[in-house]
Amino acid sequence: MRFKALTATLFAAGLLGSATAQAQTEIQWWHSMGGALGEALNGLATKFNASQQEYKVVPVYKGQYPESMTAAIAAFRAGNAPHILQVFEVGTATMMAAKGAIVPVAKVMTDAKEPFDPKAYLPTVAGYYSDIQGNMLSLPFNSSTALFYIDRNKFKAAGLPPVPPKTWKELISVAEKLKAAGQDCVYTSGWPAWVHVENFSAWHNVPIGTKQNGMGGVDTEFKINSPLHVRHVTMLGDMVKKGLFTYAGRTNQADSKFQSGECAMATISAGALAGTIKAGKTDWELSFLPYHDDVKGAPQNSIIGGASLWVMGGKKPAEYKGVAKFLSFLSQPEIQMEWHTTTGYVPITKAAYELTRKSGFYDKNPGRDMAVRQLTLNAPTENSKGLRFGNYVQGREVIEEEMEAVFAGKKDAKTAMNDAVTRGNLILRKFQAANK
Amino acid sequence: MEKRVVFRSAWLPYLLLAPQLAITIVFFFWPAGQAVWYSFQLQDAFGLHSEFVGFDNFTALFKDPHYLESFKTTAVFSVSVAGLGIAISLLLATMADRVVRGALAYKTVLIWPYAVAAAVAGVLWAFMFAPSIGIVTYVLKGLGVDWNWIIKGDQAMLLIIIASVWKQISYNFLFFLAGLQSIPKSLIEAAAIDGAGPARRFWTIVLPLLSPTAFFLLVVNIVYAFFETFGVIDATTQGGPAQATQILVYKVYHDGVKSADIGGSSAQSVILMIIVIALTVVQFRFIERKVQY
Repeated sequence: MRFKALTATLFAAGLLGSATAQAQTEIQWWHSMGGALGEALNGLATKFNASQQEYKVVPVYKGQYPESMTAAIAAFRAGNAPHILQVFEVGTATMMAAKGAIVPVAKVMTDAKEPFDPKAYLPTVAGYYSDIQGNMLSLPFNSSTALFYIDRNKFKAAGLPPVPPKTWKELISVAEKLKAAGQDCVYTSGWPAWVHVENFSAWHNVPIGTKQNGMGGVDTEFKINSPLHVRHVTMLGDMVKKGLFTYAGRTNQADSKFQSGECAMATISAGALAGTIKAGKTDWELSFLPYHDDVKGAPQNSIIGGASLWVMGGKKPAEYKGVAKFLSFLSQPEIQMEWHTTTGYVPITKAAYELTRKSGFYDKNPGRDMAVRQLTLNAPTENSKGLRFGNYVQGREVIEEEMEAVFAGKKDAKTAMNDAVTRGNLILRKFQAANK
Repeated sequence: MEKRVVFRSAWLPYLLLAPQLAITIVFFFWPAGQAVWYSFQLQDAFGLHSEFVGFDNFTALFKDPHYLESFKTTAVFSVSVAGLGIAISLLLATMADRVVRGALAYKTVLIWPYAVAAAVAGVLWAFMFAPSIGIVTYVLKGLGVDWNWIIKGDQAMLLIIIASVWKQISYNFLFFLAGLQSIPKSLIEAAAIDGAGPARRFWTIVLPLLSPTAFFLLVVNIVYAFFETFGVIDATTQGGPAQATQILVYKVYHDGVKSADIGGSSAQSVILMIIVIALTVVQFRFIERKVQY
């Protein structure tokens, strides 16, 4: 029965495939956008395919970020990698070091003689994905940053003015009042390392690691056991104990907790906005991340998260031409504006940001420019322009494990952050040795 | 006297064995050999450069307290899963063996979970025990238990043990039931006539006669707990929180596949291979002697 159904599908797919793919060059695009975001992504591919006859972009959902990267690495080792691969920001250093497995975007564009100006992209975004010489290695695609969401309904129900707290001190006092009013989940957060270590450090202008957060070389070391980091993690641990912080998990599990109306406040990705609107269960308001107001220089600017598009090596020249055409297409202001306004991700070019502003979108939708404004609040410093740590998929997990130990009350924040640094540095040294 | 079949031609036995040998070589010896080879290498994620590093990967592992912790986690997990799985299914099998009316229905229901994929079983239990929406969580909350395995390691461990045991009970049950039904009724009746109560009959007659089955299940269950529970863990805790449920095989997957640390992960699988070989040898050498066939 299952076998029959399978053959039928394969047969149908084969028929459809052969009918439309004639004489077209296919470009495989592996990505990790599910739900509302996946629909928006498929929309982009369909639009590109309709705009010309020569190339056909085939988007394939390969699971969440770590899975699609793993799948692509395995596919590369087996000699059948996709043309374009969406890789999350923590995989950047690993991809960058894999010379031979990837083709820098700048080179793809020049080889195909596609017009390409790296200066057209937002500096906080482009800088994250360029080498020290300023060559863009991957194309920023879905860039987000961590934002602070509140559900005004919950505030009103507790008799509080529906205004987002600005500092952590204010947040805790609001949280206590919400809790006293019977709100079960007061505050939650996605991506603990990204929000409470990476963005936290940039936002307070303190280093995550030496060598400009690793951008200056692979001989970098973590610096996340500073008194400020320890103080922040201690605070989070106390909040968990008092029931003011509901830990949801290491990735985007907090998104649905906020979107379903379970939690009153959340620090989650700007990209969670599409789902929040689609769910329609909250009276949401976006604002800047909270900060500690006694720290000098805070708030600085936040850093991006999300993913970029890497072009894989070993393909035919004609296929690279198509890839270049598609990347140009994605960078067009109109396309960027559509992606930005439907998903909540940041527009990656200055022109797209301008275009969106002129269209009056931000006036009609207050708060939707929050991510761009937070990313560009101040000129980025060495501490806030991004980060690049080898094997950071592993490194980030080490940080998350140590934070979880604090949330579970097993370790104090100081021990945990010291352990995170020691263990993280071992991973960095291993990466340094493997990529001499 | 052993019966022997003699083939007339010299190559026929090899030809008949060839498919099985080919499968064993391709799917076992070759990857195992590769794991041994990679365990002495330091390699980047894409396999572009590799370098011979001797025993570096192994020494790094034994210096890592989290790796040593993983041994303890694995021991707790495997003993619990194998012990509980065998005990519960033995109890159920003896019960089911005595049922006269509706026996088929009971047996079917008990065997059912075996048809459920490990990942599905994991998700099922994860849903029931989900910290915010789970039905069991709701009941526990009513009883005053703060259930949140997302941050509480011991609760996460309990969850994967329950899910893994539940998944394996059917298999054990089937074997125990078959074992029970092959015990001659006359033996039990004779004991009953001699005045032995049900408990006495169980301990002195049924259990010794079941010992070959129990031994077989012990080996199978240990192997199951070591390797096949991967699906349950991946679908629920993914080794977390803070590595509380990271058993050895999950760490191999995690470090090799998710973190692309091929050398370290291969070294771990070599160690795991040695452990399982040793365990099996011990089981057959020492425990098997006590089994009465």
